[in-house]
Amino acid sequence: MSGQDPIAAFRIEAADLLDQIEEALLDLGHRLDDRDLVDAVFRGLHTLKGSGAMFGFDALATFTHHCESAFDRVRKGLVPATQALVAVILSAKDHMRALIDGDGTGQEAAGDAILQALQAAIEGAGAAAAPDTVAEPAKAGWRLSFRLPPEAMANGTNPLMLLDELREFGECRVIARVDRVPMLPDLVPVECHIGWDLELHGDISRGDIEDVFIFVMDDMELSIEPLETAAPAAAAVDDALDDVPPVQLHAVAPATPAAIPAPDAVAPANGRQPAKSGESVRVPAERLDELMDRVGELVIVQSRLSQLAHGSVIGMEMVLRSISEEIERLASELRETMMVLRMVPVASLFSRFRRLIHDLSRETGKTIELETEGEATEVDKTVMERLADPMVHLIRNACDHGLETAEERIAAGKSPVGKVRLSASQAGGEVMITIRDDGRGIDRERVRAKAESQGLIQPGQVLSDSEILHMIFHPGFSTAATVTNLSGRGVGMDVVKRTIETLRGAIDITSKPGEGSTVVLRIPLTLAIIDGLLVRVGDGRYVIPLAAVEECIELSLEDDLRSRGRSFITLRERLVPFLRLREMFDTGTRPDPHQKIVVIATGTERVGLVVDQIIGSHQTVIKSMSLLHQAVTTFAGATILGDGGVALILDVSQLVALGQHQEERLRAAG
Amino acid sequence: MSASILTVDDSPSLRMAIRIALSGAGYAVTEAEDGVQGLKAATASRFDLIITDLNMPNMDGLTMIRELRKSPDQCGTPIIFLTTESDDSMKQQAKAAGATGWLVKPFVPEQLIKVSRKVLGR
Repeated sequence: MSGQDPIAAFRIEAADLLDQIEEALLDLGHRLDDRDLVDAVFRGLHTLKGSGAMFGFDALATFTHHCESAFDRVRKGLVPATQALVAVILSAKDHMRALIDGDGTGQEAAGDAILQALQAAIEGAGAAAAPDTVAEPAKAGWRLSFRLPPEAMANGTNPLMLLDELREFGECRVIARVDRVPMLPDLVPVECHIGWDLELHGDISRGDIEDVFIFVMDDMELSIEPLETAAPAAAAVDDALDDVPPVQLHAVAPATPAAIPAPDAVAPANGRQPAKSGESVRVPAERLDELMDRVGELVIVQSRLSQLAHGSVIGMEMVLRSISEEIERLASELRETMMVLRMVPVASLFSRFRRLIHDLSRETGKTIELETEGEATEVDKTVMERLADPMVHLIRNACDHGLETAEERIAAGKSPVGKVRLSASQAGGEVMITIRDDGRGIDRERVRAKAESQGLIQPGQVLSDSEILHMIFHPGFSTAATVTNLSGRGVGMDVVKRTIETLRGAIDITSKPGEGSTVVLRIPLTLAIIDGLLVRVGDGRYVIPLAAVEECIELSLEDDLRSRGRSFITLRERLVPFLRLREMFDTGTRPDPHQKIVVIATGTERVGLVVDQIIGSHQTVIKSMSLLHQAVTTFAGATILGDGGVALILDVSQLVALGQHQEERLRAAG
Repeated sequence: MSASILTVDDSPSLRMAIRIALSGAGYAVTEAEDGVQGLKAATASRFDLIITDLNMPNMDGLTMIRELRKSPDQCGTPIIFLTTESDDSMKQQAKAAGATGWLVKPFVPEQLIKVSRKVLGR
């Protein structure tokens, strides 16, 4: 279509098209079920309609449009091709030629007659009545669910514009489905990870909706269902006679994504993805009822408070105080109920490791048995999820480095089956998770040699046994002679330690050569809020996690003087070491005449803390300490008190360890 | 600011028809004669939409679309191709090359403007 007269060019093109249509129709007369021929006729009619409109042959375009629409139903298999239909279309074709050659006047009657015959032929084919009733678009509107192919955005499709187009149809409710949005490291920014569900209200034709998606329809997930309760199957049929403008006709590609090999075949086209099992928490109904009760009470107290705020009440102060007490009680109960809701048994975590052990057993060629204990112990769901990765590392280490091969075990006089034992228990405000293997234990000499060769310690530097063992938590430390698939990449233990520390937990390792190693993780039950015992030492105030507090006793002046130098008290016939916080913190103040001992415990070990005054219990929101204070081990964090002052939170496990250390030293001294 | 559109077509009459239609609708139109020129123009300045023919001398539309999509600058730029017939294999190839949508020749100006509005959103 270059220099010459465009109308003349069209006439030549149209003549060719009509010849092609005729040929195809004649062949179709012999082979009525030949889909290719049906398609050829349809394509010819379609092109003719488009060109006709482009070059001003409006009568031709309109007439051809009707033929095309009718024939589209044949193409979609709604109406069978019949001899009668072929004959009508052939006569229609002749009429088109007349329209092209003539000026289009005085030919309407002939055209109408042909169209009526066409209608009759379609209906005679036996399928007309049914589509006509279902062809009505759903008056109430449509329910759409769609998801673009991954490359659509990079290729210039803007999903927001699609949504805007849909909104132009009328009232529209849009819900984004973000269930397939990956975590940040896996997120490809040029891909569209979001799917949409829409409810589109109004009398809209299905074709109009499909037209919005015309360019992406072949590859996307799209389901369009009427909002009414009508059978969804009927929806596929309804657009046959819709007034479809020419440019839209290429949208007739299958609307169901089932026909397209979806890049990720898992995705159901409509409906929401079932929630991942890890993302939901099973909650017993009575816990929810409890929560509901508390919320109800809170609402009542709140209305009391607003009443108070709006009018003056006699004895205001008393009322205010009682409301404040109510709120305090409710807040703490709510918090507790809420926390319990988030608790899940570690069984689900442990059961994940069965598969891991099985795989490790295969990869290493060692026979490994997994034993678990205390699976009913409950941990905060977030805590548990974050424990999974460190535990995988630890179990891999145990299987790869710790356990020996069957031959080595037999030679060492052990059962050929290696054992890994996971146990969980709750002690005070902490959950203790133990990973124990009965392998060869940690080779101190190798650890030492490795640490020296890595320059982590000086050759010949004097280190305690536990210091050597703790070298394995050093970043970049790995003793595996060869890097295996499982471990020994030099990442792992330091990452494990860091992860545990971000949970405000602690990790400890013990190992006996030839008998195996034990890693103990101690994780606080909760993440953010604890009940604390507020105490005063010198001029400073400190918080002791209440869950760890066993009892408070008075340290009389005489006892204090008598025990000096030994720092032990006898508590129900047991010696308990105590720490004088005043001395530890070097407050430089004189001791209160009525000092108290707060006995704290982790597991079976206990230690007393001598404080000047017990102020009372205090709900503590934990703020972690800055990086600058990471070396300070006696404190777990800080909190802000009601009066705006700051109190440090004592790290119970560290203090207990310190106390035990002191006990050992004294015992050693005799 | 009006959206800028690059049209790539070897037929001067079609380029003219496209320019008249689009500039009439308020778009700023730049023309290129083939894939090589189109690529050069798209590299030199940024366009909100590229409309290209597929069958062209020197460099065809498919190759140009592929080349354009290789550049991070052209990530997300809508590209509409013109196809003479409803040739499905050509359409699939162009889509695979990174085209946004298509327009079947012959077309009327309204269709061209409609498609442009659809992908540009304005």
